[in-house]
Amino acid sequence: MNSLKTPRLLFAAAGLYVVILVMNLTGLLNDYFLHIINQSLIYVTLTVSLNLINGLTGQFSLGHMGFAAVGAYVSGTITTLLFNVKPTLVNYPIFVLALVIGGLAAALVGVLIGFPSLRLKGDYLAIVTLGFGEIIRTILNNISVVGGPRGLLGIPKFSNFHVVFVVAFVTLVVVRNLAQSSHGRAFLAIRENELAAELVGLNTTRYKVMAFAIGAFFAGVAGGLLGHLLQMAHPTQFGFLGSVLVLIMLYAGGVGSLTGSVIAAFALTFLTETLRMVLDSLSDMTNLPLGDWRMVLYALLLILIMLFRTEGLMGTREAKIVVLKEDQL
Amino acid sequence: MGSIFNAQQIVNGLQLGSIYALIALGYTMVYGIVRLINFAHGDFFMVGAYAAYGAFFLFNAFLGGSGLPMAAVTLIVAMAAGSVVAALTNRFAYKPLRNKPKLSSLITAIGVSMLIEYLFSALPFIGASFRAFPVLIEQKLYKIGTATISNYVVIDLLVAATLMIGLTFLVRKTALGRAMRAVSQDKDAAKLMGIDVERVIGWTFLIGGAFAGAAGLLAGMTYPRIFPYMGILPGLKAFIAAVLGGIGNIPGAMLGAYIMGLAETFASAFNSLLGEGIAFAILILVLLVRPRGLLGEKSADKI
Repeated sequence: MNSLKTPRLLFAAAGLYVVILVMNLTGLLNDYFLHIINQSLIYVTLTVSLNLINGLTGQFSLGHMGFAAVGAYVSGTITTLLFNVKPTLVNYPIFVLALVIGGLAAALVGVLIGFPSLRLKGDYLAIVTLGFGEIIRTILNNISVVGGPRGLLGIPKFSNFHVVFVVAFVTLVVVRNLAQSSHGRAFLAIRENELAAELVGLNTTRYKVMAFAIGAFFAGVAGGLLGHLLQMAHPTQFGFLGSVLVLIMLYAGGVGSLTGSVIAAFALTFLTETLRMVLDSLSDMTNLPLGDWRMVLYALLLILIMLFRTEGLMGTREAKIVVLKEDQL
Repeated sequence: MGSIFNAQQIVNGLQLGSIYALIALGYTMVYGIVRLINFAHGDFFMVGAYAAYGAFFLFNAFLGGSGLPMAAVTLIVAMAAGSVVAALTNRFAYKPLRNKPKLSSLITAIGVSMLIEYLFSALPFIGASFRAFPVLIEQKLYKIGTATISNYVVIDLLVAATLMIGLTFLVRKTALGRAMRAVSQDKDAAKLMGIDVERVIGWTFLIGGAFAGAAGLLAGMTYPRIFPYMGILPGLKAFIAAVLGGIGNIPGAMLGAYIMGLAETFASAFNSLLGEGIAFAILILVLLVRPRGLLGEKSADKI
């Protein structure tokens, strides 16, 4: 049957894209909402790419935002400091090139971090990746060319719904195709039992470094998008807390489930914004600074997920449209 | 310009190392017994500092007085506060996950750490802003050779030394210490020998929390500025010190902490960027070259 060969995920994504665009054009969806959707899509990219490292390959990484920082600063430097371009249509090739270079730089760092993962497991790897993330932050804090602790300001606003959507979609497709190919079996085998994977002849070294490189590449691109959306890149924005936020999204959605990552990235970004609005208005009414309660709720959410539903929303299940059919392989 | 390796830096390094040592001991004990990196441990340190702060003003308002007895009372309050938070964390966040995969506990620990930090900064009577720590004891400066030594240095080193000697005695000579060592060697065998493993774990958290609380008071007194996130970096550095010494190994944690304190002081004197990054550089170096740490035993499980 022909219908089996239709790329259902592409159709679903294209449908969603058109619906959001039409809603925005007709005024049903104002620009503020579109901005939140853009942020959600960037978090989709981050969470899905972390899922490759953390969920599929089982290499617990706590420095995902470090990769994003590399991407944001490298691409931001190219568009802002090197070319100083305005965000017009003619200049988009420069932006895309900057994003890719940022992603490649992040992938290089990912390979560097991937190497300790050859020797370390579990909590030790978590600490090393956390350390790498902090080192990146410290270095950025001390490079005055990119603003030091003030951050890199005045980045042109290249990121828009179209670019962000395409990147999120491409990330999802690439990670899905990897996950459901023979490579994916290798990643899963390493996660389930590394020794056994090695004994059946898998080159575990290669796959672990590959997971880090690919995951870091997309995180770097996502960082570049974030920088060009918020028009700045700041060292603390990419600190430990940012990495934990992506981690919460990953675990809330379910480690190993790409569907879960997408849903959780959207749900939690919207929750963040809603809480921000509610707490801000409450703060105005009561004259109390209530903003930090948002993070208290997030911390509680993380603890409760781990205590009562470790597998997250989806576990390792996937929505049907994310699963490749036999004949698509 | 004098060398950066002067006597003053050594004094400063030892002082910083004492505070790291008290935190690192809690990390290493908990890791030795439940194989968990307790991310929230740095926050027990912060809780200790705030408890001391609160206790000082409370006692000052009702009883008055200052000086040594006052400092002793605040020290006890800080240690008790650290213990209570540690015990609660263990009971409600870690105990239910004891038999789940190790990573679940680790992620929960990150959650607990965030919860404590943000709860403290969200509570209106604590708040996110910096607070000046009160003067518990009048500072006195003594000049010895080229170095200036304050009585705070003496107090930091003495408190740390007393607690460390006490801990060594506890671990080596008492029944609880023997039980702790047994559990850290083999949990299941210890259970079969009739040791109440949960009770031992509970005591470990209590002692670790008390040490972190004491460190919180000392840090508040020495570097007189406290805030809800003050535990993150010292906690991380103390953990790295514990890894450097060989995690799970008590003398190792002390050794690692003093090396860390000295290394950080010298590196900061040399270059501020190096000072910020030296801890992580040490961590990566240790894990790549000698993952079991300086005094750690060889174990296939650890790496």
